[in-house]
Amino acid sequence: MIRVAQLTKRFGSIVAVDGIEFEVKPGEVLGFLGPNGAGKSTTMKMLSCFLEPDGGTAEVCGFDIRKDPVAVRRAIGYVPENAPLYGDMTVRSFLKFVGEIRRMGGRNLKDAIERVITSCALEGVLEQTVETLSKGYKRRVGLAQAFLHDPKTLILDEPTDGLDPNQKHHVRELIRSMGQEKCIIISTHILEEVDAVCSRALIVAKGRVLADGTPEELKQRGDGRLDHFFRKITTPEDEMPQFDQEVTA
Amino acid sequence: MTALLAVFKREFKGYFGTPVAYVFLVAFLFLAALAAFDNGFFDFREASLRTFFLDLPLLFALFAPAIAMRLWSEERRSGTIEFLLTLPITPTQAVLGKFFASWAFFGVALIFTGSMVWTVEYLGDPDYGPILTGYLGAFLMAGAYLAVATFFSAVTKNQVIAFVLGAVTCLALVYAGYPPLLKTLDGGGFGFLADFAESISFNTHFELLQRGLVETGSLFALIAISIGFLASTIVMLQETKAR
Repeated sequence: MIRVAQLTKRFGSIVAVDGIEFEVKPGEVLGFLGPNGAGKSTTMKMLSCFLEPDGGTAEVCGFDIRKDPVAVRRAIGYVPENAPLYGDMTVRSFLKFVGEIRRMGGRNLKDAIERVITSCALEGVLEQTVETLSKGYKRRVGLAQAFLHDPKTLILDEPTDGLDPNQKHHVRELIRSMGQEKCIIISTHILEEVDAVCSRALIVAKGRVLADGTPEELKQRGDGRLDHFFRKITTPEDEMPQFDQEVTA
Repeated sequence: MTALLAVFKREFKGYFGTPVAYVFLVAFLFLAALAAFDNGFFDFREASLRTFFLDLPLLFALFAPAIAMRLWSEERRSGTIEFLLTLPITPTQAVLGKFFASWAFFGVALIFTGSMVWTVEYLGDPDYGPILTGYLGAFLMAGAYLAVATFFSAVTKNQVIAFVLGAVTCLALVYAGYPPLLKTLDGGGFGFLADFAESISFNTHFELLQRGLVETGSLFALIAISIGFLASTIVMLQETKAR
């Protein structure tokens, strides 16, 4: 369960996230949509307690991100944008390292590693160092470390970015299967992803929520197409005439 | 504690995962021995490690930043800092885990200099008191140098800049106790500055320890410098981790 209240973040004079509010319940996969620079990643960095908010707060799995950041981090699985990983470690030792930090050990950790190896299809690369893996495998290792402790809440920042169509399909299937019981937020600017995995979508721009609804609802508001609606509400007003022409054409 | 230990293990193993550790060990042992013989190890005709300890402060000023420069700058450059600090670990645990790993690695390098102890034992009948306190001083001093270097590693994404800033600060802390400097300050009416410079100098404290004098003040000064720079590292990371 995630409950966000008036979350705000400023970088100097720029307001990256401007009093954002929303809720995600268990069993929901929320698509966090928006153009580049909309504040998606900043919001996720605050929810995962990497950045401290300048205003407002959020409750993740029952813990306040400002008061108990370590408990929040223990409860969630987080994949940062571009999934940076320790390249010098083998996949197995990397997963073991994450498990140890998460206070897992012995049989429990061994079983968890086996489980994520199977679900993320990492069998063939276990003894390879992370730096020698392809982008797709690196992304899967990033997901595997987030799933390791079987968290109830997952925060995934552009989890399919840079993957080939087959790998994208695989990751989406994985997220969809987990979405039945978990609370998941995925940020993306790939609109087809919303259709593929999300049960709800939030469109943000300039740090504010512009629309919130199921993919079907949002599509209806854009004449049956999500990309129309997305462009309609995220295009600045001075560029609107050109947008209208394009839609008409 | 488990988290700290996990970071410690990762970092410590990380040193030996690349040739850097071996290059470092060989270079360090070679230069430490070279300095000892150059300082008149045999000419003194005395079974002690005085000549070996003499240049360690200078040698450490170059080697400690080389060991610690990658600790945080590499995390910042590659972006893994976001991954590490969104795991259930506090910045204090992460900083200490990395610091202790670098210190333990330096400890390994010091253990290898045991061949010098064996040499003086073979050649004569050494007094083990000053040797033991000398090693204690060397280890504590290494900790203080590494804390300084850890701080500069957290300041920048660039390892070379981290190394240069770390080495310059360490050298400044060595030469703060340099007699001509103290004399000039004292003579110029800045007695309080001379006292201060002497109290923060690695040289001052290490010299006492290698002579076999265990003064709580010296031990405290070396530990205080370490704690001060490590605390600054934690604050620095919290303030600038996202930049």
